Amino acid sequence: MAKVQLPEAPSRARVNEFAIKLANVNGTGSASTNNLLMQTIFRMGVPVSGKNLFPSNIQGLPTWYEVRVSQSGHTARTSSFDLMVAMNGQTYQQDIAEVASGGYLVYDDSWPLDQEMRRPDITFLGAPLAQLCAQRFATVKERILMKNVATAGLVAALLALPVDELSKQLVAAYSRRPQLLEDNQAALQLGYQYALENFSCPLPFHVERMGAPDGRILIDGNTAVALGAVFAGATVGAWYPITPATSVMENFIRLCAQYRRHPGPDGREVNDYLILQAEDELAALGIVVGASWAGARAFTSTSGPGLSLMQELLGLAYYTEVPAVLVDVQRAGPSTGMPTRVQQADLLSAAFASHGDTRHILLFPSDPSECFRHTVQAFDLAERFQTPVLVMSDLDIGMNDWEVPELTWDDSYRPDRGRLLRPEELERLEHFWRYGDPDPEWTTPRAVPGETPQAGHLVRGSGHDFRAVYTERPDEYQEVVDRLLRKHRAAAEHLPPPVVELREGAPFGVITMGSCDLAAREALEQLPGPTPSYLRITGYPFPPAVAEFIEAHPHCYVVEQNRDGQLRSLLLIETGVGGERLRPVLSYGGLPITASFIQDRILEQESPK
Amino acid sequence: MTSIAKPQIPLLPLERNELGLTIRDYSGSMSTLCAGCGHDSVTAAIQEALWGLSVPPYQVAKLSGIGCSSKTPQYFDSAAVGFNSVHGRMAAVASGAAAANRGLVVVGVSGDGDSLSIGLGNLAHAIRRNVRMLYVIANNGVYGLTKGQFSASADIGSRSRKGEPNLMPPVDPMLVGLSLGATFLARGFSGDKAQLVPLLKAGLSHGGFALVDVISPCVQFNDHEGSTKSFRYVREHELQDIDADIIPVRGQIHSEQTPGAATEVELHDGSRVLFRAVPEGYDPRDRVRVGSYLVESARQGEIATGLLYLDETTPDMHQVSATTEERLWDLPFQRLCPGSAELAKFQARLR
Repeated sequence: MAKVQLPEAPSRARVNEFAIKLANVNGTGSASTNNLLMQTIFRMGVPVSGKNLFPSNIQGLPTWYEVRVSQSGHTARTSSFDLMVAMNGQTYQQDIAEVASGGYLVYDDSWPLDQEMRRPDITFLGAPLAQLCAQRFATVKERILMKNVATAGLVAALLALPVDELSKQLVAAYSRRPQLLEDNQAALQLGYQYALENFSCPLPFHVERMGAPDGRILIDGNTAVALGAVFAGATVGAWYPITPATSVMENFIRLCAQYRRHPGPDGREVNDYLILQAEDELAALGIVVGASWAGARAFTSTSGPGLSLMQELLGLAYYTEVPAVLVDVQRAGPSTGMPTRVQQADLLSAAFASHGDTRHILLFPSDPSECFRHTVQAFDLAERFQTPVLVMSDLDIGMNDWEVPELTWDDSYRPDRGRLLRPEELERLEHFWRYGDPDPEWTTPRAVPGETPQAGHLVRGSGHDFRAVYTERPDEYQEVVDRLLRKHRAAAEHLPPPVVELREGAPFGVITMGSCDLAAREALEQLPGPTPSYLRITGYPFPPAVAEFIEAHPHCYVVEQNRDGQLRSLLLIETGVGGERLRPVLSYGGLPITASFIQDRILEQESPK
Repeated sequence: MTSIAKPQIPLLPLERNELGLTIRDYSGSMSTLCAGCGHDSVTAAIQEALWGLSVPPYQVAKLSGIGCSSKTPQYFDSAAVGFNSVHGRMAAVASGAAAANRGLVVVGVSGDGDSLSIGLGNLAHAIRRNVRMLYVIANNGVYGLTKGQFSASADIGSRSRKGEPNLMPPVDPMLVGLSLGATFLARGFSGDKAQLVPLLKAGLSHGGFALVDVISPCVQFNDHEGSTKSFRYVREHELQDIDADIIPVRGQIHSEQTPGAATEVELHDGSRVLFRAVPEGYDPRDRVRVGSYLVESARQGEIATGLLYLDETTPDMHQVSATTEERLWDLPFQRLCPGSAELAKFQARLR
C-alpha cells in the first residue's frame, strides 16, 4: 500500500493545542482506548480534558469521546475537532461534518467509505483495523475488543504519543491476566505499526512532552465527592441508583470498604459505616434525615428526577432543622430528560425545594477538586446551620476525568457539629427548648435521641413554637419561620467565597457558576477589547460581594447551562437589581458549554448588527 | 393543641419497675384525640410495655408519620426524643435513626393510611431490611383527619358512615409482611389491653422489625353498623387463637403463664415467648401455614389476633451490614477520617 502523503497544513501545525474526537459504538469496550489516550497525554504533562458523550443505553448506540489538549490550559469542551477517529459507521455522516477544515479523519477501510461522504477540505486516513484484528484474533469478541486497543495504537502514532507509555498502562491494567495482556499489547502494536508504515506520522498537530504532571491528578467529580464524604466522617449513606449520580455512592461503598473496615472482637470484619440502597429517593432522603436526626453525618446522592421526589423531605428537614447533605449530579431535564447529558437546570428547584416558604443552602463546585472540598464543607454547614445542604455538581464534572491539583487534607480538621449538645451540657440547662435561645446566627441547641431524659422533645413538620410544641398561633409560628430566614441569610458568609475578579475599565462583567468556569475564562481571554470582570458564584445564599459585583458594572452576562436563566433569576430575586442589568447566555443542548458559544453570544449583544 | 400537660393527680402508690420508675414516668402530654379513640388505648399499651420491660425512657426514639395515629408519640414518654415526620416516610426515617445509633429503642407509630397507602413501599422495604424496631399500625380502616374516607385496610363491603360500601380489597399488613419475609408479625385490638401489652413487649424484645397491627376503631368515622373496624364488629369477630405471653429476660412476668405451652421461642435478648391455646397444627415459625391460616380466617370474616409469626434467625439490618457494635453517630473522628497520608497514597494512582 502506498504511503498516504499528508498535506502540509502550517495553519494547523499546533503542537499541544488541538482536539480530537473518537466515535464508537457503546458496549464494545471503547472506554479503554479513551482512557489509554487521555492518561498518556496527561502523563506527558500536557493539560488535557476528556468528555465522554455516551447514550442512555447498554449496548449498540453511538458514543463519543472528546479529548482536548491545550498547553495554554484551555481544557473546556470545544466543538472544533482537528482529528476525528470515526469507528462507527452509523455516525459517519455526522462525524465527517464535525471535522474542522484542514483536519483529519481516521476510518476503518476494511469496508469502503461512500465516496459521496468525502470532503475535499479534510484528509481521510483509512486503516483496515477490523481486518488486521480478524487476522490476529480468533473470536468475534476478541476482535471487537482488540480493535479498540489497535485504534489507540494508531492514534498514538499519529499524535506522537510514546507507545511505551501506553504499553506500560496495559501492563498495569492486565498484570494478573497474562493472556489478555499479551493480546492487548499485540493489538496496540498492530495499530501503531500500521500508522507508522502507512501515514506520515506524526500529524502536524501532536503532543510533545512538557514534563511530569507534578502535583496534578486525573479524577472525576463523583469519586471526589465520595472521598469528601469519607474524609468528613459520614457514616450513613442512603441512595437510589440514578445516572449520573450512581458512581458517587458506588465510590463511597468502595472507599468505606477500604478505609472503614477493621477486625472486630471475634476477628470478623466490622464496618464503621452503613450504606443502604433504598427503595426510592423518598426513602433515601428519609434515611438520611433519620440518621442525621439521630446524630450521624449522613448523605445521599441523586440527580434531577430524584431531587423532585425528595422535595417533601427537604422541606421537613428545613422546618425541623435537621442536617442533611444531598449531592445533586445534574443532568438534562425536564422529566427523564437526557440522563447522560449535562445541564445546570436544578438550581431553582433545589434552592426552594419543597412547598411553603423554604430555602436551602447550595454549593456550586466547578471541578472535582471543589467537589471534594465542598462536600466536606457541606457536612459542616449542614450541622452548623441544622439544615439541608445541596452540593450542585453536574454530569460533566461528576462523570468525566478532570485534571486538577492534587487534593490536600488538613489533619487538624475536626467536624463542626454546630450546637449539638452532649448530655452534660443538657443537664446543666434549666430547660432544653429545641428552637429556643438562638445564637447570633440564629441557630438553636440540638439534642439527639438516646442520651438523657433532659433532652426529651418531639420535633415535627407541623407548625411549632420555640419549644417544638405544636402551635397554630400566628406569633409563635412566625417566630420560628422568621428565624429560619435569618439563619439562612447568616449562612452566606460561611459558604465558600465567590471568585471575584474585578478589572479596571471592564466594559461589563461575566457571572457564572460550576462547570462553566473553564469555558467562561477562555471566552474572557479571547474577547476583543478590555477584559471583562469575572464572578464565579460558589454558593447560595449569596454574600454581599455578589450584589456589589453586579452594581459595579453597567451590565453583566450570566452564563449558565439551562434554558430559563435560573442563576439569573435567583440573582434577580436575591439582589433586587433590574433585569436589564443581567443578560442571559444560555447553553442547554446537553453538551458541556464551550468558550466559542459564550464568546459569540456576548459579541452578538455587544455589537448588534 | 397537642401539648396540654397532664394534671398530676395524686394516686395510690404506683408500682415501680426495675429502674424504680412508675408508669407515669413513661407518660406524655394529654391526648387531643377524640374521646374514646382506640389510639389512646394503643398509646397506653405502648407506655405499659415500655414500663414493664424497664426500658430507660430516654433510650426510646419515637417516630411517626402523619395522621391521627401519628400524633400519638406526643402522648407517651416525654423523656424521649421524638420525630413526627412526613406522611408515609416514617419507616425510612426510623431506618436512618436505627442506622445511626444501634442502642436506641426505636418505636414507630403509624396508621393504615400512613403505612398501607402512601407509605406501603417504605414499610415493605423496612421489613425487608429487618430494621430493629417496634412498628405499630393503629389500624382503623378510615382516614380520620380528613373526615371519613376509606383507607387501604377497609374490608370489601364495609360501609362508610354515609353508608357507601368499600369495593376494593383490603391490604392486610400481616399477609404483606409474611410475603416480604417479615420476622415478627402480631395483631392486637386496642380494646384488649391484656393481650396487646404482651404483644408490644415481645415486639420490643424482638431482634428485628416487629410489626404489630392493632385494630383501633375510629369512634367518629368508623364505629357504626356496617363497618368491619368498629368496636362491636371486632369484639364479635376476633379470633384470639394464637395467644402468646412474653417472659422478659429480666423483670416481672406480667401476664399469666400457661404451663405446657405449645411452643416456646427465645427472643433476641434472651426473653422467651410462650404460645398457648394455639390451634392444632399452627406453627408461628411456618410461613406457609401462617399464611393459609390468615387467608382462611379472613375469608370467614374473622380477625386473627395474637403473635402470628416469629422468626428469630434472620439477621437484622446491622448484622447484614456487619456494622460495628458501637453507635455510628459518635464514633471518634480519627477512626473515620483516613487522613492526609492516606489521601496522598490514594492519589498516587491518579497521577
